[in-house]
Amino acid sequence: MANLKDLKTRIESVKSTRKITKAMQMVAAAKLRRAQEAAEAARPYAQQMNAVLGNLAKGAANSPTAPRLLAGSGKDDVHLLIVATSERGLCGGFNSSIVKLARLKIAELLADGKSVKIITVGKKGREQLKREFGDNMIKHVDMSDVKNVGYVNAQEIATDVLARFDAAEYDVATVFFSRFRTVMEQTPTAQQLIPAVFEDAGEDTVAPNYDYEPDEDAILADLLPRSVATQIFTALLENGASEQGARMSAMDSATRNAGDMIDALTIQYNRSRQAAITNELIEIISGAEAL
Amino acid sequence: MADTMTFDLVSPERKLASVEATSVNIPGMEGDLTAMPNHAAFLTTLRPGVVKVNNGNDVTEYVVTGGFAEIAAEGTSVLAEQAMPKDEATAEVLGGVLSAAEAALEIAVEDTKTAAAQRVNDMKTLMGQLGL
Repeated sequence: MANLKDLKTRIESVKSTRKITKAMQMVAAAKLRRAQEAAEAARPYAQQMNAVLGNLAKGAANSPTAPRLLAGSGKDDVHLLIVATSERGLCGGFNSSIVKLARLKIAELLADGKSVKIITVGKKGREQLKREFGDNMIKHVDMSDVKNVGYVNAQEIATDVLARFDAAEYDVATVFFSRFRTVMEQTPTAQQLIPAVFEDAGEDTVAPNYDYEPDEDAILADLLPRSVATQIFTALLENGASEQGARMSAMDSATRNAGDMIDALTIQYNRSRQAAITNELIEIISGAEAL
Repeated sequence: MADTMTFDLVSPERKLASVEATSVNIPGMEGDLTAMPNHAAFLTTLRPGVVKVNNGNDVTEYVVTGGFAEIAAEGTSVLAEQAMPKDEATAEVLGGVLSAAEAALEIAVEDTKTAAAQRVNDMKTLMGQLGL
């Protein structure tokens, strides 16, 4: 049986771990609220953008003059995967589930004989993908200095992605991120950026007959690159909220586990203490009897 | 005829305004225009400029650096690339946008050159207008 001193140190150490995880959980909760607000604030823009583009795209999709961002390059040989993860760990399965989804997709593409290029955002995803697909990685975006994700960050990534498309480095671009549902639930998601896909606007827009200034094609050409940036921005924000949500629930269960452990150890400690006392008493009594 | 319409001004990062307005002045790519209730459906891109929102009593002004506007009979929404209330538009903020535009002009190729030059010009005009 472990001696009393050891048990005591052990209990103390678990107690301080619990303090840390508890603090991390509270920090994550505060950050989650901010991240959620940011994601919410960005939603109207993205929605409207999507609605307008959806309308425009419906008309332009089949025209021969459709911009390449909408119509694609006519091939789908080279795929660009933008894998967005977090900069920090200790957030449960958050990063792994995004990477897992990306890995599945990569395996599928490679099996089909396509080539794959990867841009990683956030260091955790890069670490996990580096070993297997190190040769496919063309760029890493470091977000560790970015405290609050701004539109500027998304724009930087978008500019690079678009430049590579113009240089015909790839045919299809997809972004991988985790969509925030609830604190307990985040869904890893893959969203195709180029060629652009739009969910059918459906019932909410009875497409009015717009007058366009400048003409339709010019507006579409102006909006499509912006929509890429917007979608990346949305992905980053969703990711931010998901990360904090995942961390919060991971730290919550860590705190609870630490509590259970402390209880178990305390019982063990008390039992050992009692056994030691009993032992001492027996020694004294048998010593007295021997006299 | 309705005398007011809804006006929304959103940037990627936040919603700046969602109010009732009697008229809105918008810096369209091919010239300024004023949207009033029951305007025909209209979609235009924006150049850097000032959006003026009139709610019947007073006028609120916002600075936008580009984006697009969607005008319909019952409302107008401006989706700005970057937008701020007029008094938040400092030389520092706009200077940053201007230098980004100038950098874009530097690397612009044939087909995008005119647009890039136009943008630099518009930014300069805007800053002149605001007295920065």
